[in-house]
Amino acid sequence: MRYRFDAEDGNNAFITIVRDAEYKEGGVLSGIPVAVKDNISTKGIPTTCGSKILEGYVPPYDAHAVAMIKEAGAVIVGKTNMDEFGMGTTTENSAYFPTTNPCDRTCVPGGSSGGSAAAIASDMVPMALGSDTGGSIRCPAAFCGIVGLKPTYGRVSRFGLIAYSNSLEQIGPMAKNVTDVSKLMEVISKPDIYDSTAYNRPYVHTPSAQIKGKKIAVPKEYFGEGVDDKVADCVRGAISKLEEMGAEIIDCSIPSMKYALAAYYVTCTSEASSNLSRFDGVRFGPKVEMKRSWHDEYRDYRGERFGEEVQRRILLGTFALSAGYYGKYYAKAQVARSNIRNDFLRVLNEADLIAGPTMPNTAFKIGEKSSNPLEMYLADILTVPANLAGVPAISVPCGKVGGMPVGLQIIGRHFDEESVVDAAFAYEQEVN
Amino acid sequence: MSDSNSGCGCGCGDGKGCAGAAKPSEKDVKDLKVIIGLEIHCQLNTKTKLFCGCSADFRDDAPNTHVCPICLGLPGALPKLNKQAVIYALKVAKALNLEISEVSEFSRKNYFYPDLPKGYQISQYDKPIALRGKMTVDDDEGHEKVIRITRIHLEEDPGRLVHKISRDRAGYTLVDYNRSSIPLIEIVTEPDLSSPKEARRFLNKLRATLEYLDVFDGEKEGSIRVDANISLEGHNRVECKNISSYKGVEKALTFEITRQRNLIRRGQEIVQETRHFLEGRGITTGSRSKEDENDYRYFPEPDLKPLRVKDWADKIELPELPDAKRERFMSQYKISVNHAKTLVGDIKVADFYEGILKNPAISKETELAATWVCDTLLGELYYRDMKIDAVPRECFADLVALLKDKKVTDKVAVDVLRAMLDDIHEGRKCAMPSETVEKSGLGKGSDDEFTEIIKKVVAANPQAVADYHSGKGNAINFIVGQIMKETKGRADPKSLNKLIVDYIASME
Repeated sequence: MRYRFDAEDGNNAFITIVRDAEYKEGGVLSGIPVAVKDNISTKGIPTTCGSKILEGYVPPYDAHAVAMIKEAGAVIVGKTNMDEFGMGTTTENSAYFPTTNPCDRTCVPGGSSGGSAAAIASDMVPMALGSDTGGSIRCPAAFCGIVGLKPTYGRVSRFGLIAYSNSLEQIGPMAKNVTDVSKLMEVISKPDIYDSTAYNRPYVHTPSAQIKGKKIAVPKEYFGEGVDDKVADCVRGAISKLEEMGAEIIDCSIPSMKYALAAYYVTCTSEASSNLSRFDGVRFGPKVEMKRSWHDEYRDYRGERFGEEVQRRILLGTFALSAGYYGKYYAKAQVARSNIRNDFLRVLNEADLIAGPTMPNTAFKIGEKSSNPLEMYLADILTVPANLAGVPAISVPCGKVGGMPVGLQIIGRHFDEESVVDAAFAYEQEVN
Repeated sequence: MSDSNSGCGCGCGDGKGCAGAAKPSEKDVKDLKVIIGLEIHCQLNTKTKLFCGCSADFRDDAPNTHVCPICLGLPGALPKLNKQAVIYALKVAKALNLEISEVSEFSRKNYFYPDLPKGYQISQYDKPIALRGKMTVDDDEGHEKVIRITRIHLEEDPGRLVHKISRDRAGYTLVDYNRSSIPLIEIVTEPDLSSPKEARRFLNKLRATLEYLDVFDGEKEGSIRVDANISLEGHNRVECKNISSYKGVEKALTFEITRQRNLIRRGQEIVQETRHFLEGRGITTGSRSKEDENDYRYFPEPDLKPLRVKDWADKIELPELPDAKRERFMSQYKISVNHAKTLVGDIKVADFYEGILKNPAISKETELAATWVCDTLLGELYYRDMKIDAVPRECFADLVALLKDKKVTDKVAVDVLRAMLDDIHEGRKCAMPSETVEKSGLGKGSDDEFTEIIKKVVAANPQAVADYHSGKGNAINFIVGQIMKETKGRADPKSLNKLIVDYIASME
């Protein structure tokens, strides 16, 4: 069947729009337009990762998640804007253009899956695929007032997801509501033998608003320094609501959180420095006339086509893995990471879920933080722990501060997306 | 490098007079112990590549026809480990007596090069699949010695660069990714080898062992590549890279020892460095300055899980390996140790030998068969650059049967064998030796038949007879040679000798 996609892209959510698309009738997503983040390979549709280094690259194969949604009848209507290779929190790092926040076009949509969030929030599509390395689904979901789920590491195949940080990232569903997120999750979590880090644990679940008797732990670190008071109040209100509905709220602490950002940035930049080596102009991407020594051509090609933030992270990661520094940085980061994982396992042994804000604040103004990378990194503090621990986490809208959406983050045990989705669904049903 | 004109005269290049390094005596230099360690990369002959389903049998096919998103390193593609390659590596590890690691891990070796599609090679670093093994080899005096194996690890081969010169004589380079992701094992030895010849014997035995295990085909071009570390006792170590043949290893090492000895003779320091072996010229050249040396930034491959395959290894049953086969050949067939070693040195030769013995006509002629395979057939094959598989076993068995029954002389047998190999080599049908001999009348003649010829030759060569009488026993050999010529080798030289001596004696 053919699908005519006429929606207007007022927020620059898409890098590539497929106006006239084909789909297969009959599946659970039959005829539903779905947007796909531009770092997820789509056969025949350009896939750029928001980078000039992949300008014009058309993958010859579909990512597993894409193959699954096509199989389910979804219409792929385009590829959404993102921070280059997923490196950013605002989608301002796209090499093409920034995306604006549909709630306030002077604000960023969050990132790095900002295009997917904006496409949903502006009603262009009901659902989209994003990817989450350190909060890239949950941050824009919170900033744009939609729902986004980062699955357990290994529950969705990464095959075809252009790697930024392999050990942290997952493809995940984004939508206006929890029901659609759950539906999309069911489709993309089908097993895949081509991702050796994926488990055969398909998600088959219909959300139910069951929250009574669930133990929800609230870590004090999620309301600590740097978290906007009004955002904190808004989220506390949402957690009280869950308590009113019958959940048992307990206080807890995740002391290892203070190492989370450092562990995260060392790990992701190290992996990125290696993952991004393949972009050398030899096999794919923009054509280069290699007339000089390969060394000179590589240097100039990569120097000209990678953006500033990407180059910064490649340099950081290369340094962290270098002889003599590996032990000081990469190895230490892995120790910190396993401490964080253990802290989460401990808390999630006593409680069913963990709740807190998704982001320490609401969406920034465009340009507000783009000149200060370090300050930008700090905004990831509440989302990166779930990636480091590998646990599932959802962001569901829980009100507004100053007219801008706030996200409630609910984190669960490994492979227990079901409880996470149910809690988010219960909250969503209660407030709507 | 400076020369002897510099001030201190020791060749150190220091005009002010060098601090130490007095020139050692010639004997000291000659006696310096040679220390060699090898890193051997072997392609495993699995059906498919190490991390994707592309066929690994690419040698006869056009460039870039055995490729897919995974082995091309396209964005988003992930490696999927080939179980067969792991099992092959485990087989080798077991055969070389290594301990299989409880947990091993793949790591990324990061460096840029146009033949390396991902910008890193998936290899193993600090947690290889197996550690600490050993293999015996004969030293230069023929004594068996133990060479310790440090480790074995699995890794993927990169693609291949093809350098071309275009019509306007500007060079350009093409990349062929057919080889990309072919499974390799790297076998690292301790520095236990003490001569280039010993290193070559080690490699030959290793190759034989890998072929016994049926995990490696040494005849495929580029299937083995060796890096050799070599030093002279008390001096710096040099790494020779890029050696791609067994002969090359011996050559490179011999060259290096000479080069290093000469430096030491002149009182110069050996620079610890990586050198490239230029196969065509048989020399090594310093290849990299310090600045070009790579920091590979190894870290665990996040796209693959750690390997826990110890129980796979436990289930592997090894075939009979060269040492065991040698022992069995010696006891079962009562052949000499040298023949046994030669036969088991290549599983195809060993199989050929046992194959011809299946022929009832010669099944008891184990020594005769071993002698003819080892001392004649292998040399004739080598001379023609032929493989033993090309020789029909029934033909060779027939030849051995003729020898057993003394129907042909050794000389005729060699001629028949040569004709047989030439026929095969040039694509003609190879006839049974017994038929050839019958048709061409090459069968050994009777003594009576030769008596006339002896009379004739002796009569024609009175000088030789005179020489014989004056005590020059060798003169008989001349007459034997003449008669052999006359009879086209059909006569047995030993019995001829006796006939001639008897005849000359009867003339008196």
